[in-house]
Amino acid sequence: MGKFIARRLLLQFPILLLGVSILLFTIFQMAPGDPLAQFISQPGMTVEQVERIAESYGVHRHPVQQYFDWVGSIIQGDLGVSFEYRIPVSEAIGYRLFPTFLLSFSALILSLVVAIPAGIVSATKQYSKLDYSLTTFAFFGISIPNFFFALLLIFLIALRLGLLPISGMTTAGVEYTPFWQAIDILRHLILPMIVLGLSSTATFMRYTRSSMLEVIRQDYIRTARAKGLKERVVIYKHALRNAMIPIITLMGFQLPVLFSGAVITEQVFGWPGMGSLMIDAVYARDYNLLMGINMFLAFLIILGNLLADIAYAFVDPRIRYD
Amino acid sequence: MAKPDHKQQQVYTGSAADVSEEILTPGKIAWRRLKKNKLAIIGFIILALLIFGAVFSPYLTPYEWNETNVLNTNAPPDSEHLLGTDSMGRDTLTRLLYGGRISLTVGLVATSLIIFIGTIAGGIAGYYGGKIDNIIMRIADVFMSMPFLPLAITMVAIFGASIYNIMMVIGILGWPSLARLVRGEILSLKEQEFMEAARALGIKDRNQIIRHLLPNTMAPIIVNGTLGIATAILLEAALSFLGMGVNPPTPTWGNMLNAAQHMYVLQHRWWLWIPPGLAIFVAVMSLNLVGDALRDALDPRLKE
Repeated sequence: MGKFIARRLLLQFPILLLGVSILLFTIFQMAPGDPLAQFISQPGMTVEQVERIAESYGVHRHPVQQYFDWVGSIIQGDLGVSFEYRIPVSEAIGYRLFPTFLLSFSALILSLVVAIPAGIVSATKQYSKLDYSLTTFAFFGISIPNFFFALLLIFLIALRLGLLPISGMTTAGVEYTPFWQAIDILRHLILPMIVLGLSSTATFMRYTRSSMLEVIRQDYIRTARAKGLKERVVIYKHALRNAMIPIITLMGFQLPVLFSGAVITEQVFGWPGMGSLMIDAVYARDYNLLMGINMFLAFLIILGNLLADIAYAFVDPRIRYD
Repeated sequence: MAKPDHKQQQVYTGSAADVSEEILTPGKIAWRRLKKNKLAIIGFIILALLIFGAVFSPYLTPYEWNETNVLNTNAPPDSEHLLGTDSMGRDTLTRLLYGGRISLTVGLVATSLIIFIGTIAGGIAGYYGGKIDNIIMRIADVFMSMPFLPLAITMVAIFGASIYNIMMVIGILGWPSLARLVRGEILSLKEQEFMEAARALGIKDRNQIIRHLLPNTMAPIIVNGTLGIATAILLEAALSFLGMGVNPPTPTWGNMLNAAQHMYVLQHRWWLWIPPGLAIFVAVMSLNLVGDALRDALDPRLKE
């Protein structure tokens, strides 16, 4: 096991990061346009000044040289400077990290809390009315575009009923005590959390259902029933534990999906996270920032998969790694 | 959604006894299973209607998709314009039908691209194994480690927003999961006796892959492709909704929804954003229904 983790951590992890950085760099190299155009067009710029800026950004060097410069500085935690905000990219991401984490984690927790009990009930009462309604709901969840669902919720709950705020993370221009501040953020969080969590909920529910269905047909469940255990104990103790194993892997995959999906949700709800930062960066053609965000998200995905793999190895004693 | 297995089995044993003379090919078995699945039939019908609307959009309404009318802007639905008009007086229903053309085409072409790249990469990796397999699958791993939507947005921002770029971006980012699937199938097929026979007969590598291995991987490719079209439609819609997809005035379901980013439109002009949103939802749902039903119907492990 130690060997397996070490191999993942020391070999696969860096190789994937290297691959991702090469791919990203190549894509950005293909960007048309002169990165110096914005400086050249500024009034009062002399040729020498432009040259000096070119030198400092290293734009005249060979692409391979540029790649190594870029990777070298990433390793030191330097993702370059945002053209738009004139601050280091890592700082710009840092400011937006908390809202995105808050949104993604609450969406993840919401979806687990809803999906796992629903999946269990669906499986244990297979082909019942409840099962059909839950699977229909899951189908609805994976099929509805999240921005359309977001617009519907804004329209019905925020605009028509006026129950919750339409956008943002806090109410602007109001001073609250810390307690009411938290409540205020929570009120802003509810709608985006539901929107972002919906498709994950549907996915988790379908997986839990099918995983549970497979487990309760196993011999050891029959044995557990045969020795006279209560149905509740059979399901929640013997079956559930085994059925949860694939869900752990899925969690490793879903967290990055939530981070990526947050782009649209944040944009629709004006949530001040990385997603809306990214949309701003696209409109401003802020390539350093875009590159930084993509690299950061890829890092999270690789890390999430790695953690899921390791967790899987811990939870499932049947898996032996050489 | 899967229909109850036990019910299907009962029906099959009955009908198999009645037509014991008829030889059931895998295709016939799949078709019979599919016909039994009511939800799949509904999915097929909805898809057929959407495709019909998209193909015959010029003949279904008396308006052109880009025909503006400054005297009748933002009109609510009436007998003249069944779904009202937009801010330039264009007929929403016409744009919805025409938008279906673009959205469905993008989904179809992008998925074909995914299947094309994914089958070739997966086929080569699975057949040759060893170093080639290792290299192709590591590249696939790298692509799968990328944040899908953010990277798609980034690529569209760099290469420009056009229908062709959207199709290309979805294809380039989507192939690895299909390649993995095809590779897995081929790895197990390779060990079977008919492939041993093919090797013994000295059939060329290329023919072994194209004529003997790939046809046997068709079932998972069809299922994956159907679900893939749904994903591609969603992605195109998301990009267009953000204003980074297909450019106006060309209508797609996604960029028609873009109008609803304005609170006023959202609140007071439902006919501009609810129809395209529902269209995406219905299209994606029926593709998912058909895909799921195909998965059940084509699964050889579900014996009757």
